[in-house]
Amino acid sequence: MAQQFGLGRRKFLVYGSAALGTSLLIKGCAPATETGGGGQTPAAGGDTIKVGILHSLSGTMAISEKSVVDATQLAIEQINQAGGVLGKQIEPILEDGASDWPTFAEKATKLIDQDKVVAVFGCWTSASRKAVLPVFEAKNHMLWYPVQYEGQECSKNIFYTGAAPNQQIEPAVDWLLQNKGKKFFLVGSDYVFPRTANTIIKAQLAAKGGETVGEDYLPLGNTEVTPIITRIRNALPDGGVIFNTLNGDSNVAFFKQLQGAGLTPDKYPTMSVSIAEEEVQAIGVEYLKGHYAAWNYFMTVDTPENKAFVEAFKAKYGQNRVTNDPMEAAYIAVNLWKQAVEQAGTADDLEKVRQAAIGQTFNAPEGPVKMFPNHHISKTVRIGEVGDDGLFKIVYSTPQPVDPLPWNQFVAETKGFACDWTRTDVDNPGKFKAAGA
Amino acid sequence: MTFLFESVFNGMSIGAVLLLTALGLAIVFGIMGVINLAHGELMMLGAYTTFVVQNGFRQLGEGWFDAYLFIAVPLAFAVAAGIGVLLERGVIRYLYGRPLETLLATWGVSLILQQLVRSISWQMTLQIILFCLLFFGGRWLLSKRAIAPPWQAWVTPVLLVLSVGIGLTAGLLVGGAVGLAMTKPWFGAQGVDVTAPSWLRGGVNLWGVQFPFVRLFIIALTAVCLVAIYLFLLRSQWGLRIRAVTQNRSMSACLGIPTQTVDALTFALGSGLAGVAGCAISLLGSVSPNTGQNYIVEAFMVVVVGGVGKIVGSIVAALGIGYVNYVIGSGLMTRFLEPQTALFAFFEFFASTSMARVMVFILIIAFLQLRPAGLFPQKGRTVDA
Repeated sequence: MAQQFGLGRRKFLVYGSAALGTSLLIKGCAPATETGGGGQTPAAGGDTIKVGILHSLSGTMAISEKSVVDATQLAIEQINQAGGVLGKQIEPILEDGASDWPTFAEKATKLIDQDKVVAVFGCWTSASRKAVLPVFEAKNHMLWYPVQYEGQECSKNIFYTGAAPNQQIEPAVDWLLQNKGKKFFLVGSDYVFPRTANTIIKAQLAAKGGETVGEDYLPLGNTEVTPIITRIRNALPDGGVIFNTLNGDSNVAFFKQLQGAGLTPDKYPTMSVSIAEEEVQAIGVEYLKGHYAAWNYFMTVDTPENKAFVEAFKAKYGQNRVTNDPMEAAYIAVNLWKQAVEQAGTADDLEKVRQAAIGQTFNAPEGPVKMFPNHHISKTVRIGEVGDDGLFKIVYSTPQPVDPLPWNQFVAETKGFACDWTRTDVDNPGKFKAAGA
Repeated sequence: MTFLFESVFNGMSIGAVLLLTALGLAIVFGIMGVINLAHGELMMLGAYTTFVVQNGFRQLGEGWFDAYLFIAVPLAFAVAAGIGVLLERGVIRYLYGRPLETLLATWGVSLILQQLVRSISWQMTLQIILFCLLFFGGRWLLSKRAIAPPWQAWVTPVLLVLSVGIGLTAGLLVGGAVGLAMTKPWFGAQGVDVTAPSWLRGGVNLWGVQFPFVRLFIIALTAVCLVAIYLFLLRSQWGLRIRAVTQNRSMSACLGIPTQTVDALTFALGSGLAGVAGCAISLLGSVSPNTGQNYIVEAFMVVVVGGVGKIVGSIVAALGIGYVNYVIGSGLMTRFLEPQTALFAFFEFFASTSMARVMVFILIIAFLQLRPAGLFPQKGRTVDA
């Protein structure tokens, strides 16, 4: 029948590629929808303080970022109910970055120039943060970034409330070396975060007597993991540690097929750095039971602050919702900003707010945190094991919060460098050779 | 020996997944000449059917849960086949012979289906049902009466506006009254979890080779599907009719074969196979609205390499691509080489999963230069291209 319809292979290839090309074009050009929810109306008489929330509400990252928006809005609502900041209500303006990095930069510009917000809370992927960074630096504005990341960055205009590598990846590697074995296989998605993270891990293993027996990267969205499993089995015939920096759908395929291949957590424990409570539900508890994840916050953290946080969150969004680390970091960000504004006595003078932010402390759900002069916060590091209920059983936590180090001390290029925005005696406070190093 | 055995099995298990996802496409494309870009979404619907069946069986208790696949596979076939027939009757039949339009239309359908799964809720179901009742029911009622010519043209637009308005308002009102139970999406944008029954978890180790049960199940399922298609096309009366229409549509129609029914049936068969494939991949990977997208490109590659319209070609192509993919991705090429040699470094560079994908595409392009009609080209004068 193909012949009668005049459709041959070549035409098929031509049409097929034309369609694929068009689809890419349209995806790239599509205007992001604004999901303002009433936040777009300008404030009457300036009796509110406007802040921006910039996350992906559509596209591939919406799954993760939507819940961070929920946590940010919860924090703002709580502050407003308690009387606001400097006697004014906070008015959040929500923008959709649509999982598209140029859109993030565009929306950041819009929030700053058009809406005149005094701070922006948002971004998730490193790619989106790198896209908005020049905007915030050029306009000397302020971004609060809530997700653990690969480090190797220190901007005057960004406050990082997620973990730097020395607050998540490095302690996780140390714990594995002490408890689970010396031989590591590194699996990651093929983009910036896993590759940078694995560079750090390899340098750390070399320094501490571990061994990297292999590494492999899956293209984002690829779900055929049979070849990787063979590589792991060949590199680690008698068991060993798998360090997993996969993102998104590939995780589901990886864990489902790992079990079938007989690589069980007793011999092949995996440590993940981007699987939290929400992802466990989507992958299936059956496949993850007994595996590990490293974060600063788990829903099961036993502090009075966390009980209140989880209760307030469930009351607002539903009893079946779960909280996770980036959500908690977003909650911290809003509260730290509020304290900085109150100490500065102004929300509009960003320079004063920036100076006041440094040194702020807050009793967060994860425990006490403090903003350091390098614009990162100290955080407690925890390792959790997935239990029957899909929540994490905390098997290790650092006795004290760990101080943040944005420049990695295992990688040769950044070893000995520090960041301190209170220093005036060095040329570049963002990256200078620390004394004694 | 073990090594050879292992690589054959693993290559075959990748190939079986490829073949299962490509089979439905091969039938629809090979027999009807329709490029169905919504094929991936039909798979996705099969995967969601599995999810729903699994949840139903979970309510019944642990003993029943293990049996859910036996219901999920036929039901996934039925659901996808049903949607396929709707698609054929509602869209594609108007576009036969116009491949570009078919391609764009099915691509649009694929986007609609993705978004439908993300946002469908009781409220939306109610709205859709109300709209269909009012619009199609109204048209049917009015078609029974004679309407004066100047007003005839207004019937459809007026009905459309009315039914959209009433459907939307009623849905919003009921949603507002009942609340979250009505308006909460059934599935949402986030992936959902399909857990394999306990007899499919884990695997068995024979002669030093690990056989995951899920892979064995998929290989068996693929074989069953192949045999069933073979028997259906070559031994049944409808199979004969399908083959007749494929070869010469007008002559078949002259001889009394209901070609429209044959079209719908063929499309249902292809779509149903997509549903079965969706059920199988839900055991291997994720179930989310964009699940189908991960497989559609590979499925098309299998069909093209095999030679359009030849199921044997699809089989050979799927197994071949699966094997090449495995051998490159798992780094087996370097196993027999001395480390520190130039050749070793060369192969080591290509031995990664990302690179395997690139290499497979390069090999496919090179192959199509040599044999543009695929492995098993159709013979005869009718072949264009």
